[in-house]
Formats: sequence, structure tokens, C-alpha cells
Amino acid sequence: MAIDRRSFLAAGGLAGLALAIRRAVAEGRLTAEPWAPPEGQALTGTRWGMAIDLEACAAHPGCTACIEACHRVHNVPRFDDPKREIKWTWKETFEHAFPAQENPWAGEERAELPVLVMCNHCENPPCTRVCPTRATWKREDGVVMMDWHRCIGCRYCVAACPYGSRSFNWVDPRPAIPEIDPSFPTRTKGVVEKCNLCEERLAEGKLPACVTACPYGALTFGDLGDPESRIRRLLAERPSLRRKSFLGTGPQVFYLV
Amino acid sequence: MIERALRGGSRYWTLVGALAVLAALGGFAYLHQLRVGLGVTGMSRDVTWGLYIAQFTFLVGVAASAVMVVLPYYLHGFKPFGRVAVLGECLAVGAVTMCLLFILADLGQPYRALNMILHPSPRSILFWDMIVLNGYLLINAVAARMGLRAEESGEPAPKWVHWLVLLSIPWAFSIHTVTAFIYQGLAARPFWLSAVMAPRFLASAFCSGPALLLLICLLVGRISRFRIADEAVDRLSIIITYALLANLFLLGMELFTALYGAIPEHTVHFRYLFLGLDGHHELVPFMWASVLLCVVAAVVLLRPAWRRDRRVLAWAAGMIFLGTWLEKGWAMVVAGFVPSPTGAITTYAPTGTELLIALGIYSAGALIVTMLYRAVLVTRGDLPAREIP
Repeated sequence: MAIDRRSFLAAGGLAGLALAIRRAVAEGRLTAEPWAPPEGQALTGTRWGMAIDLEACAAHPGCTACIEACHRVHNVPRFDDPKREIKWTWKETFEHAFPAQENPWAGEERAELPVLVMCNHCENPPCTRVCPTRATWKREDGVVMMDWHRCIGCRYCVAACPYGSRSFNWVDPRPAIPEIDPSFPTRTKGVVEKCNLCEERLAEGKLPACVTACPYGALTFGDLGDPESRIRRLLAERPSLRRKSFLGTGPQVFYLV
Repeated sequence: MIERALRGGSRYWTLVGALAVLAALGGFAYLHQLRVGLGVTGMSRDVTWGLYIAQFTFLVGVAASAVMVVLPYYLHGFKPFGRVAVLGECLAVGAVTMCLLFILADLGQPYRALNMILHPSPRSILFWDMIVLNGYLLINAVAARMGLRAEESGEPAPKWVHWLVLLSIPWAFSIHTVTAFIYQGLAARPFWLSAVMAPRFLASAFCSGPALLLLICLLVGRISRFRIADEAVDRLSIIITYALLANLFLLGMELFTALYGAIPEHTVHFRYLFLGLDGHHELVPFMWASVLLCVVAAVVLLRPAWRRDRRVLAWAAGMIFLGTWLEKGWAMVVAGFVPSPTGAITTYAPTGTELLIALGIYSAGALIVTMLYRAVLVTRGDLPAREIP
């Protein structure tokens, strides 16, 4: 049977579509249930992103479940002195998280709303651009990574991050870790660290710790490169904000309003 | 030739000894920092660069200033700078060494500094700064040595030295331009994100550096037979005056653009510098003192009769050096971090350890310059016989 170029492409396209549908059904995306990753298999995506429901999060101002989970699984030290603080995820007031969204008529309450912030895993990260040793880089799937064994601690990336998402270990962090989790590395003094989008959990087929920990389902993690993903549906359905997107960094953390 | 730095009397060795002791003190303070971490400094999560990086930035300017004597001498044949050029190059060697030491002192993991070469990243401005700084150090060290040897033998230096010196001219501009790029390419820090940053760095370098060189030349003239020619002083003072005026003009450009444009995230840093922010006035006295010193010095230098009076000139040079140091060696770096990207105002003040380390590095630099100058003076026979054992 002779196969010309056209029919070959058509057949390929059909096969691809069939595969995508099968995958989508298997992942539960075409059904009503929320998507749970297949057990024990690494999560792969083309462009990871996060959507944070501002209202659902702000409705529970005292809740720090996500932050606690994040800092626990990543051995993040706890320093009481704000000058020494290490933060991967934390809460800022709305006016500090979104300085460009200032609105005097929105009222004090709106300005003070707590907003969960973290590394934005930018499409075009300024931090990786400035690193003189390539100790921080963007992975194919969009995760902005850190190599704590290569970092020389120059803190150029800290100066370059428009979100204050990077922390530097001013002293040895180990004594300040409440409970060391041996499954994740601790850091040494003199290196920079930040949210890693739980890349170590993605590799084990688990969702990021903050997403799992949120009791209110305010955090949605997913593949922005997949038009059928839940995060893409949410972003299409609801208006959203990004922090300082006018800087051209392309933040991949979205805030649903 | 360098071994002539070892020929000196008790006065010389007292000075060398004192500088060495101070440098050693800084070394001990650094060992403490190495053990505990950069937590011994006043820097914080929000203000992540401080005294060290500010000194590095300022001293790049001092280093670049050698070109202000080299350029007229080699490019325009301005002979009175002949005997000053080597001194300028030696000053540059000391200044660049201090720059490199300050960068090293600022690293959280100094043992890994070689990662910059093992894993080079040409997208990083720091990578280029490493290249231009080390290159400038090498060029000036070789140029000074060959220039001095030519002086001693009375024969012209080999042709390649001439080319090397010519190369040092654009190279001097590059070290300060690249250092400015470290700051002015950061979208995250609106205070630094300004196209006049590099021109301003150059202008402040070309007034503060020659001002220091002039003061050193006058000082050396007091303790040796070396005399800086009147024409050389005259020309240097004119260079300083023009560079100072350019620096003040560019500061005005920054202020106008920020204040008239009135974008809050630009104006807020200038408010912190000149007026204070939310009750924080830490940098206000420094900033006003800096502007005042530079403006008064400019007014003084603009009057030829005052400019030609060496005592007045020396005072003006001191004011310019201090004025530009307050701004570039202090306020400029800190203000970029206040307020932080999330609007927090975290104040910064260096700790005792930090100051000791900085003092140690400055002493090490002064030690290098002192010994290099000694070798130059001995070679030239500019010292009285009783001074050379």
C-alpha cells in the first residue's frame, strides 16, 4: 500500500488525538472528578503552572497549612529574626504582593488581604540570566531549579528577582530546622534557596506539598501546555492576576480573582 | 625591580608594618566570617548587598581613573603626565586588587569561587566583570613595570607595551561600564534601572580617582624628591572639574526623570535617600553631605585662582573623594534594596566585623600601593640617600 505524505500526516494526527483522549480519560480530566496523578509514576508536563484562588485563600487568613507543609518537607529553617529568614512560600498583604494594583477606593481591608506568594517559576527568569555559575536554571518543563552545591553565594539572583522569592543562608541553617526530613537535602550556609515547585515530588508522581496540604482546594497545579488541563480551564473561565507581569518575566503562578 | 620595595628606612617599615597589622586584623575578622557565615554582617534577606559590594563598586572607579593620566600622555603626547602615568597605573593595581578582595569577601561560598571559571555563564554580567577586572589588573601591572624599566634604561619601551597601554584606555572604560551593567540591567530594582548609570559611574570615577591620585602625588612630593609638575597639577585639576560637573549634571538627570516622571517605584528610592521614608532617615545625612561636598568643590574648582592654589585644590580633591564615596561607596547600593520588591523597609548598617574586614582590605590595598610606589621612587632615585639602606 502506498502511503503519500498527506495520508501519513492525517493518520499520525488521528493517532495522536486518540492517544490524547485516552490519556485524558485515564487522568480523569474528561470526567467530573478532580485529577489525581497516576500512582508512583513521575509527573511530566510541558509547562508547569499554579493557580491560586485569592478568595478561597483569603477566606482563611490564619491558615498556614501550605506554608507549613512546604517548609517541613524541604527542611526550611525557622529563624525568628526577619533579617535571617528563609522563606519558600509565605503570605504578603495584597498591596505588597501586587503593588501595581493599588486602588484607594478598594478599602483598607482589600489592601491587607493575605496573599500566598512563592517563586513564580518565570517563563523568562531574570535570576537565571544573572547567575555567574549556572547554579540556577530553568528546566524544560518550566521549573526554575537551584544547585546548592554549585552556588557561590554571590546573591546576584536575589538582587535580580522582582518578587523577593529568594532567600540566602546567612548562617548554618541546620540547627534552625525544627525537624529534619532525611528524604530531602538540607542546605549549608552561604547559598541561596527558594521554592522548587516540589520537583522532587513531581518525580515521584506526587503533587506539590502546598497543593496537597491546602484544606480548601485553593491551589491548582497543572500543565499549562495542555489545553485540556484543569488549570487551563480555570484560567480560561476566571479572570486572573500575575505579579508584576509588566516586567516581561512571564510568571507561571496565577491568582484567580 | 619589585624587590626595591624592600629597601627602606625605619619610617617606611613602620608604615608597612602598620598597614600589615591592619590587614591581618581584617584577615582574622574574615576567618570569623568564614566560620559563622555572612550572618556576622549587617546584611539581611532584603538588603543582600552592603558595604563590601559598595566598596568594590567605588574602587572600580578609582582603578579606572589611571586612564585619565595615561590617555593624555600616550594618546595626546602630554609630557608632564609622563612621571605620573606609572603612579596612576600602580594605584590602579592596588584598587583592582581591593575590588577582587571585596568580591571574595562578599561570597557566601568563597571556596567555590572558581565555579565562575569551571561553569562560565556569558549571560551573567558578573562573568564579564571577572574578565575585565582581572584583565585590567594584568594590563596595568605589566604597563607599570615596563614603563618604569624604560624610564630606568632611558630606552623606549618595546612596541608591544605601547599597544598594551593603548588597550588599557578602552579597557578602563569597560571595567566601569560593565560594573554599572551589574546594576542597571536589573528590572527588579527600578532605582538602578537607569541608562545614565554607566555614564555616571564613569563621571564619578574620573573625578574621584584623579582626586585621590592628585592627593597621593602631593603627599609623595612631601616625603621624596618627586615633584609633580605645575602643568600636570593644572591639567589634573581641570579633568577633575569637568568630570565632577558631568557627575552632578547626570545626578540632576536622574532626579528630574524620576521626580517629574513621578512613577512611584522610581521616586520612592530617591525619597528614601533625600527625605527619608516612613520614619527611616538612615541615608539622608550621607546623601545631603555627598551632594553638598560635591557642589561646594565644584564651585571652588570653577574659579581658576582657587583651582591653582594647591592647598585649596587639595581640600577640594578631598571633598570630592569623600563626596563620591558617600554616594557610590555607600548610599547607591543600599538604596537599591530599600524599599524591597514587596515594599518592606529594612535598614542596613555594617557590623564591627564587617567594618574590620573592609578596613583590612583597604589596608592591604594601601600596602600594595605603598610598596609599588617605594619601588618606583627607589628606581627613579627620588629618595634621599639616608632613606635607602
